[in-house]
Amino acid sequence: MEGGGAAPGLLAPAPRPLVRLRGVGKRYGAGTLALHGVDLDIGRGDFLSLLGPSGCGKSTLLRILAGLTSASSGTLDWPSAANDARGVQAPRLGFVFQEPTLMPWATALANAALPLRLEGVARSEREARAAEALARVGLAGFERAYPRALSGGMRMRVSIARALVTRPDILLMDEPFAALDEITRFRLNNDLLEIWHEAGFTVVFVTHSVFESVYLSRRIAVMASRPGRIEAEIAVPSPYPRGEAFRTSAEYAAICRTVSLALAEAIAA
Amino acid sequence: MMLAPDEAPRPVTVRRVRGLAAEAWLRILMPLLIGALSLSAWEWAVRVNEVPPYILPAPSVIWATLVRDWPSLSISLWITLQITFAALAVAAALGLLLAVLFAQSKWIELSLFPYAVVLQVTPIVAIAPLIIIWVDDIRLALLICAWIVAFFPILSNTTFGLNSVDHNLADLFRLYRASRLQALLFLRLPAAMPFFLAGLRISGGLALIGAIVAEFVAGTGGRASGLAYRILEAGYQLQIPRMFAALLLICIAGIAIFLALGLVQHIALRRWHESAMRREG
Repeated sequence: MEGGGAAPGLLAPAPRPLVRLRGVGKRYGAGTLALHGVDLDIGRGDFLSLLGPSGCGKSTLLRILAGLTSASSGTLDWPSAANDARGVQAPRLGFVFQEPTLMPWATALANAALPLRLEGVARSEREARAAEALARVGLAGFERAYPRALSGGMRMRVSIARALVTRPDILLMDEPFAALDEITRFRLNNDLLEIWHEAGFTVVFVTHSVFESVYLSRRIAVMASRPGRIEAEIAVPSPYPRGEAFRTSAEYAAICRTVSLALAEAIAA
Repeated sequence: MMLAPDEAPRPVTVRRVRGLAAEAWLRILMPLLIGALSLSAWEWAVRVNEVPPYILPAPSVIWATLVRDWPSLSISLWITLQITFAALAVAAALGLLLAVLFAQSKWIELSLFPYAVVLQVTPIVAIAPLIIIWVDDIRLALLICAWIVAFFPILSNTTFGLNSVDHNLADLFRLYRASRLQALLFLRLPAAMPFFLAGLRISGGLALIGAIVAEFVAGTGGRASGLAYRILEAGYQLQIPRMFAALLLICIAGIAIFLALGLVQHIALRRWHESAMRREG
């Protein structure tokens, strides 16, 4: 559903975004204001990066989107999400943590099938779908392997397969590749873009790397801290698929410079 | 999406001698060697100094006594083991059940845990006579004593394990709206498994000690009495080699229980837990 070319007017909000945040803030018990006045629309099929220094509330914002913590002010709704089993309008979520966060006692297949198991999907169906998700992240043949026997990059792939297995509307990723070496990170960047391009779900990607955010995203929200807020939104108009040629292009370097300057300004503000 | 060849980990290679890893041979042979050396020294010292057997019998005399008295000693061994295993089974089941109950709410844990500690720190020798008075069935009384000693490590370890779940995994279960039962069955119990098994391994030896201490206190006579009574009886009759033979049986039983539970632990955890993994290099 997402075309390869750069669509015009990227910053113009879609008529019915997938998620709409208005004045969202988060204050923790001790009185720390982690997030203040966040207005954000995320359209279907978007790839949005939340970029900022540590402590800017980007992970808090992601946890609010995931429903793992509630906003202390403002509103969050999902205007175009379907109703779930309880009749509440809610999106299908996928979440990828910074650590692979796998169950060490379960095989790659059982780990990837976990969301379906919790939903009560029958064994044969959930195993078939989990195997399909593993194949999609390049782990066909590793179904019976335990996490202990897999490399760091492969564990992260299992974690991504688990997030994809429910065919989510939106994939929330919290610095998923920060702990990996650069070569593995580049490879997973490319693979993630390929899967996103094929499946057309929405991605919200938390990172503190300017280069990673520019390479991956269609849109970057630059955040600042004390209080955590969105300081600037920058569109990355470069067409997909993006490959190694893009990584070394002058266009990429120019956008990275723009984003770096915006980030420096946000930190200084 | 393809996996790059260098992304997959390399298999572990272990040097093997006749099907056993070289390190495993060392682990079996070294303790055996030390044992053989000390037994020889003991035998030699007793013979050279002509120590009478009612002071310190030589290993060869103890062995001969064990073989001669095996019919009566084996019955006692079996009785002691029955109490040990029954106590261990009850301790494992109740410890697990109570730990799951504690894990349901901090309030339950905070209100009941101190009493579990009281049970643990009370010397069994001191309360065994009371239990034996209160409980008519002597075997049940012995079982309760052994259970009190064996119970705490399982409860304490399992409670700790149920509470040490990875926070992100717990969040993930919340995200997918897992029920409490699902979180217990698929997340907390498997995470607590290594802790439970470590507790079980400690409790195995404790159950045996508890059973024997209780038998000492009870001092029941007759044919159907445990190894502790055989030791007492041999002591009164100054049959010191027989005392040593009974002691040897208790040691062997304790070691066997420890090894068997270690094997259970290894089999249950070998595929995923760090403790059961062979290190490379």
